[in-house]
Amino acid sequence: MKKNEIKKGTLKRLLSYVLKNYKKQFIFVFICIIISSIASVAGSLFLQTLIDDYITPLLKDKNPIFTELLQILTVMGTIYIVGILASYLYSRLMAVVSQGVLRDIRNEMFTKMEKLPIRYFDTNTHGDIMSHYTNDTDTLRQMLSQSLPQVITSVFSIIAIFCSMVYLSPMLTGFVIVFTLLTLIVTKTISSKSAKYFLKQQYALGKVNGYIEEMLNGQKVVKVFTHEEHAKKDFDKLNEQLNENMYHAHKFINILMPIANNLANLQYVCIALIGTVLTINGTIALSIGTIVSFLQLSRNFAQPINQVMNQFNSIVMALAGASRIFTMMDEEPEQDDGYVTLVKVHIQEDGSMIETNDDSGTWAWRHPHHDGRVEFIELKGKIDFEDVTFGYTPDKIVLHDISLYAKPGQKIAFVGATGAGKTTITNLLNRFYDINSGKIRYDGINIEKIKKDDLRRSLGMVLQDTNLFTGTIKDNIKYGKSNATDDEVIQAAKLANADNFIRRLPNGYDTMLTGNGAQLSQGQRQLLAIARCAINNPPVMILDEATSSIDTRTEKIVQDGMDKLMDGRTVLVIAHRLSTVRNSKAIMVLDHGHIIERGDHNQLIEQKGQYYQLYTGAFELE
Amino acid sequence: MIKRLMKSIREYKTPSLLAPFFVALEVVLEVIIPLLMANLIDDGIYQGEMRLVYKIGVELIICAILSLIFGMLSGMFAAKASSGFAKNLRQDLYYKVQTFSFTNIDKFSTSSLVTRLTTDITNVQMAYQMIIRIAVRAPLMLIISLFFAFSINKSLSLIFLIAIPILGFGLFYISKKVHPIMERVFKRYDALNNVVEENVGAIRVVKSFVLEKEEIKKFKHVSNEIYQGFSKAEKILAFNGPLMQFAIYACILLISWFGAKIIVTTNMTGLTTGELMTMFTYSIQILSSLMMLSMIFVMITISRASIERIVEVLEEEPSIKDKKDPIYEVKDGSIDFDKVSFSYVGKKEKECLKNINLHIKSGETIGIIGGTGSGKSSLVNLIPRLYDVTEGSLKVGGVNVKDYDLEALRKEVACVLQKNVLFSGTITENIRWGDEKASKEEVERVCKLAQADEFIQKFPKKYDTYIEEGGTNVSGGQKQRLCIARALLRKPKILILDDSTSAVDTKTDNLIQTAFKEEIPDTTKIIIAQRISSVENCDRIIVIYHGEINGIGTHEELLKSNKIYKEIYNSQTKGSDTNEKK
Repeated sequence: MKKNEIKKGTLKRLLSYVLKNYKKQFIFVFICIIISSIASVAGSLFLQTLIDDYITPLLKDKNPIFTELLQILTVMGTIYIVGILASYLYSRLMAVVSQGVLRDIRNEMFTKMEKLPIRYFDTNTHGDIMSHYTNDTDTLRQMLSQSLPQVITSVFSIIAIFCSMVYLSPMLTGFVIVFTLLTLIVTKTISSKSAKYFLKQQYALGKVNGYIEEMLNGQKVVKVFTHEEHAKKDFDKLNEQLNENMYHAHKFINILMPIANNLANLQYVCIALIGTVLTINGTIALSIGTIVSFLQLSRNFAQPINQVMNQFNSIVMALAGASRIFTMMDEEPEQDDGYVTLVKVHIQEDGSMIETNDDSGTWAWRHPHHDGRVEFIELKGKIDFEDVTFGYTPDKIVLHDISLYAKPGQKIAFVGATGAGKTTITNLLNRFYDINSGKIRYDGINIEKIKKDDLRRSLGMVLQDTNLFTGTIKDNIKYGKSNATDDEVIQAAKLANADNFIRRLPNGYDTMLTGNGAQLSQGQRQLLAIARCAINNPPVMILDEATSSIDTRTEKIVQDGMDKLMDGRTVLVIAHRLSTVRNSKAIMVLDHGHIIERGDHNQLIEQKGQYYQLYTGAFELE
Repeated sequence: MIKRLMKSIREYKTPSLLAPFFVALEVVLEVIIPLLMANLIDDGIYQGEMRLVYKIGVELIICAILSLIFGMLSGMFAAKASSGFAKNLRQDLYYKVQTFSFTNIDKFSTSSLVTRLTTDITNVQMAYQMIIRIAVRAPLMLIISLFFAFSINKSLSLIFLIAIPILGFGLFYISKKVHPIMERVFKRYDALNNVVEENVGAIRVVKSFVLEKEEIKKFKHVSNEIYQGFSKAEKILAFNGPLMQFAIYACILLISWFGAKIIVTTNMTGLTTGELMTMFTYSIQILSSLMMLSMIFVMITISRASIERIVEVLEEEPSIKDKKDPIYEVKDGSIDFDKVSFSYVGKKEKECLKNINLHIKSGETIGIIGGTGSGKSSLVNLIPRLYDVTEGSLKVGGVNVKDYDLEALRKEVACVLQKNVLFSGTITENIRWGDEKASKEEVERVCKLAQADEFIQKFPKKYDTYIEEGGTNVSGGQKQRLCIARALLRKPKILILDDSTSAVDTKTDNLIQTAFKEEIPDTTKIIIAQRISSVENCDRIIVIYHGEINGIGTHEELLKSNKIYKEIYNSQTKGSDTNEKK
């Protein structure tokens, strides 16, 4: 789907959000809007009768009595008050309804997003995903709280006024219709022109913003190379282009209103002329009062039409936004057909296991079989890959027939150039992606049978890009275990060797982190990520370039902690620094999705193959 | 604050003034038109005077055409003024950032600068366009309509004098109550975006910790806060429309009552029926311009935060400035640190370099080694004066760095930063950052020096290969070598490599070092590295520990005397003694 195209049924679907949860309120809003527009139409009709039916007769009276006028004014006052009350009620209710709908959409969107597979996040830019929550939702807010009530009111006014006009003079009404059509054509032409420039403006804006972003990200390099003047020159060019398009886009929007307004004025004059001429000629039988009333009505008719046209742009934009939001909501969520779950058990003396709610038990897989038999398998952390083949897209296979195993407690390392498929292997184990063919077993169970949540809970991950969350350091360490005690937090930090630097921070463990922990160095952030993983005590750990940003000496210190952490766990480690993987039980050298060498450090060195070359520095890793 | 912004109007002063001028003319006509319409009814239609109907009709048409022209002109000038103003403001901000030192950039952070240059400017532009049109239109409409209303009938117009303050006060009271709520809500909005942003970025972490439900809870909590805040604000705002209607309806009823009485008692001499209709039009015009005024008030308060953020950047003083009579020539590549201390925040307690004394001779090759956060990068960043020393003095070529012209200094001190950045453009364009006028041969020469030529030749388009933004389409090692080549093209007297060969294999690393020794022997070279092998052949190696020099010497000397150096050495060679290359 193209970016600005609107999916079919978007409006209907959007309205269904309103009707689903706020049906009663919305019906009430609808009724109130009708009452309020009836009051306002009654008001303008009254103004006509005021002169014809009250003032003119009174003028002829020698002793004018104003009681009748007072009476009709009281009636009008009452109608007005009802109208005011109705419009207050609908504004107030509509505020709740529109904000409620926005909240519902927002929440549904986020809930949906959390369920989307990793593939979605890998194939959409973060900026695009973010804009669903910012730009797209903003357009919806505009539409729901302003345009929608406005349009409903206007439509009712248009209908009411139109009926009155037909009642007064069908012929003059025909004239008004012609004029209105003319106005619509003119506005349509102009707004399509402006739309053209708006597209250009968006494009130019994107280019300027992109340039700014790139330059500011490299600002330090600009300074080092004293390239400021150059950077200004290029910027000026783009900026001028943006200015040009922006000017045209806004110009057309700005002239729309005066054109519509004055066309209405011209229409007024024409009706006055035609009406008068025709009456004087006697072509049609109209009273002077009728012409005057009709004139007023025709002015009132133009107003809501202009208002609808004004709202038209924002409605189209909102529908485009809604369409993008719905596209995201319609993405296929992550499927989970797993039925093997992780439970706590007590192991009896005879080796059999009994499920328990008690925290002191050991973890085990609960495997219900088709025949109703339930088997318990102790969670140990044995990993098997059997002829695994995988590609992110069907036409490009990144892993070919990978077979490997890790016994509980073993450390297996993957080395190889960028793009060799190291990270892909870990993406498959936790089922961020599903394999094309082959089998992956965890403690002998095919991981496709395991409930994803439980599978992932049993795997600890430390990734190259550490992502920290807004909150204190303590919050971040206990991220995966919200009920962890302070003691556990400190213990985990000590294990990762993070305790030292945390204590040196002004507020220690209560230091607030914002913007992905920008105030910490990359190395420190990685230490935190390791601590965060440690606190969960998972039987299997995946370390994807976890120590790449830590210098070798610090890594050595971390390594001691890591060794403690890894003790008794199955560990899959990916590293480009070979000192990190040296003590692994087995090292796999990957190349273009194939395992080309495997063995422990000494064996591989003796083979004098690729690993040997890497190790002696004869070959570049990245 | 506003004054600072106004400086950016510059060449758009004329349209900025013409726009409100034409708005004013348009308003005058918009007030005259209903008056003419009243005449058309009273004198023309009611009297059956065809001549008058034509005459007034033509006048009306002329007025409408004029109003159309003025309206279009004001719209065009407003568009020109506001987009031009935005252009200048964007330029001013961008130029200002160019003058920033590293300290200034660190203070604002890149992403916040980007927001200021994009979203904030758009907000200000919208507000500006609104102000030069409506801020003129509304009060003018109010005054002129009031004036004409009074000229029609004084006593009847007194009704407006009662209605205006009541409505005005009501609208003011409402926006005053809503504003603080709105401000709070917008803050929560930032929090919401923050949750989304973190989740999008850290989705792998969220999923592997199986915390989707907790994150959804977190999101819903903030989302609900926004809902409550907005509903509260909009419930108050819901009074706006009805209040307005109340004022208009009340005026209409009062005008009808008193107007009818005046018409009847004076027998159309005090007030005509047409004039009565005009009074109705005026009452709508007067009261709706009050409404517009309150809208402007809201607009300005919304854009106030943006204005503040922009002005903050505009008023930021660059922390490093050129001296008045600077020195333009750097004599040689010697560097002298005298009791240098440095802190990023300028506070003694947070010093990351303490009392550094170091003298480097021109042409020397210096290696620097030390742990994460020990102060290696800070030390070398002082040399091209990317930061100023907090205490002590730093001399390059025998002259204090503060006495040099910045451009001259940085031309001679080439720095390959730890966070390497390549820009979108071809390889040649990227290398030419070092020297715009460099010949093709020159570019190829430095690439050979940096051991980059070999892999560049393997690309199908060779030197014309397009580098994506941030250099994402070349590997880390290739990127580092391109950055080194770029620095070499400057032909500097001092070359600083801040951990710039970490992704390059040891063999190539050695080739680069050998090339340096042979091709640019007179250049002072400072090499920060994590790998011992990258620095072991340097003339001298400096070990930095917690911001202080822990040891200086050759590889052999340090191995014997320096505990930390030995530790690093061991950490990189342990367990390899049996099979390591001999």
